[in-house]
Amino acid sequence: MARLVFLGRLEDAAGAPERVVEPGPLADVLARLDPALAIELLGERVRMALNGRLLSESGDVVLAEGDELAFLPPVSGG
Amino acid sequence: MADVRLIEGGFDPAAELAAFTAAHPESGGIVSFLGQVRLGGGVEALELKHYAPLTLPGMAALADTIRQRWVLEGLLLLHRSGVMLPGDPIVLVAAAARHRRDAFQAADFAMDHLKSESWFWKREKTARGWRWIDPRPEDRRDLSRW
Repeated sequence: MARLVFLGRLEDAAGAPERVVEPGPLADVLARLDPALAIELLGERVRMALNGRLLSESGDVVLAEGDELAFLPPVSGG
Repeated sequence: MADVRLIEGGFDPAAELAAFTAAHPESGGIVSFLGQVRLGGGVEALELKHYAPLTLPGMAALADTIRQRWVLEGLLLLHRSGVMLPGDPIVLVAAAARHRRDAFQAADFAMDHLKSESWFWKREKTARGWRWIDPRPEDRRDLSRW
């Protein structure tokens, strides 16, 4: 299995801080989620980190067994 | 060297600053900034969430950038995570240098970047419940100073 992590307000949209999902291409993973959540996760200002590394492009992400994909909305720290 | 910490409990800014100062007797100037949870606006609590794989490594990278840009004897970057109450310290930055200009600029740069680029997400609790805080345009503008 793989894991999706939702930061900031995306945690509220997802109803949980993280979710375990079947591995596979990101498009397939998102297609199995609630469409409203998938749209939020694909928002223009949401960045992604795969296993702790920021992705510059999200197009070709394929989740493997044990992968962690984090969805990072704009930060508001300090 | 830089002392960079993500703190999930509380911390004592005065004690931290005293220790930092004592560790840098050769520095002629130490500039510090303390950010605390503001009292007012009906805010009962503030929570900062972080993402462990990114947040502390990002703070360490910021410290490296600062040390390459200014001549410092020491640099302290402390940032809270978790739930805080009004009056609680959130962030403490201190820069120790032989000459004050480097220390002022390094601390200012550190705060502008911590506010707008570090991996923290903030929400506030009021009588109406928790509410996520959006980034402020001012924080982006502050970055453009550098």
